[in-house]
Amino acid sequence: MAHISYRDALNQAMREEMERDANIFVMGEEVGYYNGAYKVTQGLLQRFSERRVIDAPIAEMGFAGIGVGAAMVGLRPIVEFMTFNFSLVAIDQIVNNAAKIYQMSGGQFNVPIVFRGPGGPAVQVSSQHSQSLESFYAHVPGLKVVMPSTAYDAKGLLKTAIRDDNPVVFIEGETLYNTTWDVPDASEGDHLIPLGKADVKREGSHVTLIAWSKMVWTCLEAAKVLAEQGIECEVVDPRTLRPLDVDTLAASVAKTGRCVIVEVGWPVAGFGAEVAYQMQKRCMDALDAPVERVTSDDVPMPYAKNLEDEVQPQVKDVVAAVRRVLYLE
Amino acid sequence: MATASKTPHPDTTRVEDEDPSITETTVAELAPLYRQMLAIRRMEEAAAKAYSQGKIGGFLHLIIGQEAVCVGAIASLMPDDYVVATYREHGHAYAKGVPARPILAELYGKATGLVKGLGGSMHLFDKEKNFLGGYGIVGGHVPIAAGAAFASKYRGDGRVTLCFFGEGASTIGGFAEGLALAALWKLPVVLICENNQYSMGTPTYRSLAVEDVSLRALAHGMARDRFDGDDVIKVKRRVAEAVERARTTGEPTLVEVVTYRFRGHSMSDPGLYRTKDEVEEWKRRDPLNRSRARLSELGMSEQDLEALEGDVKAEIEDAVKFSEDSPPADEYFKYVVKE
Amino acid sequence: MAQIIGLPKLSPTMEEGVLVKWNKKEGDKVSPGDLVAEVETDKANMDFNIEDEGVLLKLLAQEGATVKLGAPVLIIGKAGEDVSALVAQAAGGAAKTAAAPQPKADVKPTPAPAAAPKAEPKPAPSPKQDDKKSPTPTATPAAGTKLLASPLAKSLAIELGVDIRNVTGSGPGGRIIERDVRATAQGGSNGHAPPAEPPEAEPDAKPSPETAIAVRRPQAADHDTDYTDTPASNMRKRIAARLTEAKRDVPHFYLMRTLDAAPLLGFRERLNALLGDRGKVSVNDLVIKAVALALRRVPECNAAWIDDGIRTFHRVHVGVAVALPEGLVTPVIRDADQKGIGSIAAEVRDLAARAKSRQLKAHEITGSTFTVSNLGMLGIERFTAILNPPEAGILAIGATIDAPVVRNGAVVVGKTLTVTMSCDHRAIDGALGARWLAAFVDLAEHPESLAL
Repeated sequence: MAHISYRDALNQAMREEMERDANIFVMGEEVGYYNGAYKVTQGLLQRFSERRVIDAPIAEMGFAGIGVGAAMVGLRPIVEFMTFNFSLVAIDQIVNNAAKIYQMSGGQFNVPIVFRGPGGPAVQVSSQHSQSLESFYAHVPGLKVVMPSTAYDAKGLLKTAIRDDNPVVFIEGETLYNTTWDVPDASEGDHLIPLGKADVKREGSHVTLIAWSKMVWTCLEAAKVLAEQGIECEVVDPRTLRPLDVDTLAASVAKTGRCVIVEVGWPVAGFGAEVAYQMQKRCMDALDAPVERVTSDDVPMPYAKNLEDEVQPQVKDVVAAVRRVLYLE
Repeated sequence: MATASKTPHPDTTRVEDEDPSITETTVAELAPLYRQMLAIRRMEEAAAKAYSQGKIGGFLHLIIGQEAVCVGAIASLMPDDYVVATYREHGHAYAKGVPARPILAELYGKATGLVKGLGGSMHLFDKEKNFLGGYGIVGGHVPIAAGAAFASKYRGDGRVTLCFFGEGASTIGGFAEGLALAALWKLPVVLICENNQYSMGTPTYRSLAVEDVSLRALAHGMARDRFDGDDVIKVKRRVAEAVERARTTGEPTLVEVVTYRFRGHSMSDPGLYRTKDEVEEWKRRDPLNRSRARLSELGMSEQDLEALEGDVKAEIEDAVKFSEDSPPADEYFKYVVKE
Repeated sequence: MAQIIGLPKLSPTMEEGVLVKWNKKEGDKVSPGDLVAEVETDKANMDFNIEDEGVLLKLLAQEGATVKLGAPVLIIGKAGEDVSALVAQAAGGAAKTAAAPQPKADVKPTPAPAAAPKAEPKPAPSPKQDDKKSPTPTATPAAGTKLLASPLAKSLAIELGVDIRNVTGSGPGGRIIERDVRATAQGGSNGHAPPAEPPEAEPDAKPSPETAIAVRRPQAADHDTDYTDTPASNMRKRIAARLTEAKRDVPHFYLMRTLDAAPLLGFRERLNALLGDRGKVSVNDLVIKAVALALRRVPECNAAWIDDGIRTFHRVHVGVAVALPEGLVTPVIRDADQKGIGSIAAEVRDLAARAKSRQLKAHEITGSTFTVSNLGMLGIERFTAILNPPEAGILAIGATIDAPVVRNGAVVVGKTLTVTMSCDHRAIDGALGARWLAAFVDLAEHPESLAL
């Protein structure tokens, strides 16, 4: 185990997988000579050469589609979006092609590709560069959607995503790159975390907090505050939104009888709404209060720091929601 | 991967709007191509009939009138080469070697269909024949073709990818980006614009500032070619030049073939945007008639031609019967994600 | 700003306490650390030292009252502040908890979370005193009106045998929620009533322990019965729980030896002669010392089973069971192997005296690594003791009796003492226990070694 950053964990995952399989290549804007806009691909060009670490011009639909075509005929591309905001100009490739080719071809062609990059709110970059698009992708059958919250998860999930035979949308927390965690290194064997397996990040008996990516950290903070009030929160991180580990989530909610879903995306048709539906369906008889959601406000992200903080779920918002489902407010 | 060439690209272009010359050929070369074109036409006519009977649903885009383009172009390929096509791709699939039975059965929505009744007319795929699919989003498949070519370059396998699209795709981003990246990275792909002069109901003069689509290649230092698509042998020869360039130098070419579809955009299109005279004028240039006449000139007997035509008729009748007798499609959860 | 102070947590396992005595009265000025009351917990009588500064405006609990952890006990503020609103608020939460002692059901406190009012310094989960911010409870719905209850509350009501029609909801719009059902099941002010009709019998439906307890509530003054139910003290409840757990969960086995007690009694006489009026040494004090030294000789028995292994303690702390009218406590002689017999004797006397007056502090009754239990003074010749988890051993001491012994090849009347060692078989095997017991007997039969 080494205590490393989320950024380095992702870098290790790609490096280890590229060492293992020559069919894997990385393509994206500034991934090579610049070493990655967020330095996630640091050193990969030096190790694997221009053949396998490919700087693309600003043409997300073009290089995303090249990834899809290459994957159809047997390569295993990792396509980096500088941020997932730019994936919107490539969404035709992801949704209409990558997600559907396996089905459209009657199972003849599968598309083993990873679309990865940072997503979720950044800091003071305003509306076009600060948004959470996981709900868009989680909506689409044929895709897998992964959102790691820790360096440990980031490495294990990315390695598994690269080995998956299907298109995986791998959204990294833009503000999580410097967070650190104990992560197994290559000498300890392959660190693989299966997709579709939730992780209980903190155990508790009074209320279940369901959150992913950055919001896991917010929930863990809130759980500390609430513990001082005598309220024990169970924080469950689905880690992959599609496929979703409904069993683990529901087991926790059935245990605590209360559920708060925290997401940094927008409220309307946000992924948390699907989770809420699943929880009420599975845990109807165990619920003591309606399933509660905490989301960002229903606005494009403002630039000013104070407004930006106001828009996003903060620890106090999670604490308040927990107290609501416990009828303490 | 190679970076962009710093030297200006030599203009290897040949552009002829209408080439009156007769391309040299033989019965041995032309007869199989004529047979393919005829089979495609008979197959599509059978499809149109089944559609009118309600046995085929959804969108059905016929290529009738344009058969020489796909047949001629694909005739220039090796079996290992890839083809990527649009939603008007029955002919391309057939030319790449997919039999009429699974194509028609797919249109019928049967379990025996090429893609098990999951794709229909617009999404024919055949991995064994290296037919990488029919795509329904205009221009979105151009980067995919560049991706297949990218894989060939990555692996050095010497394969070439043909990508077909209409002139209507030349205005959309997917085409622009695929073209730009294929040129930048020198990918072994031949981009074939089947210019049938109408983007659905809109003629090129109302949709393109510059009606010569092949000129888009110039901005990327890419080789280009432009010619009419009535003569299947000419299509084969000219595309073969581009294929050879791709195979030997790895460089892409933008090829524009001017052609004409005799039917509407799809079965629901009455074609009111063009005159009967115009359609009749183009029908006189029917590539099938032209090829048949050429075969006669080259010495193929009427008896042999009729035998060939009877053989095609039987093949398509068999495919129709096969489609009608096949069980309905029956599974759809199995192919969402690969386990 | 006046505020309500709740009953603080005075022992690690405390869930409620009896307010034994107020040491301050209303109007007294207090500073942090001042002793305001003595509270009997499950462990001992504890000091309730206040953490706030101000004037005691109102004492909310009467002496003798049982108070739930966190429930209001006093109001502190500035002199002259109006506390009527806070008194009313506290009454809402305290009504169920601050009643004078009376027989009540022994219902295990539920883990249901419900924080105490915000004003409390240390709010802790407690199902009953959170009415501060709840909407006004609606009246019990009349027949025919729609009953609002959370799904959990409904299923819990069935499980606990509570007629949900008799529960008052404290949730939004009078919704009945989990805590309301639990409060009713525990006989709170929500007013438990037996189900109007017996619930339809399901094949496998048997009353859960909670149901049984809720239905069979002890009646204090029921003249038609021929028995008396005496409510258990906190200590009694704790003993009941601990001993049940120990006897049920720990695989006991027993080793017994009878030793020649004459040398021990002789040694005691000589010591007491030396001490004169500076104190007395009992057989038990010598036994404690012998136990401590035997644990030094066979340290593997100074041990505890932890779930994935055996913990061997480096220090020897001998617990000494002391009988009290309402139960027993086990004060601890720390580092008994290091202490002289005289100081052990003095310490045991002090601890026993303070145990009887419930004055022991928490640290004086925790942390023993081995326990001695002696019923010899009550004439018991031999007995077996239940282990005191997590300790792996306990030694039961019988009476010294006149018995035939063989001395110099002849049977003569001598003094014998029978000791019985109970062992946790997970940590101590028979041979090991026998080795320890042999060490103990050797020390007891050669008591001079105890002074070395």
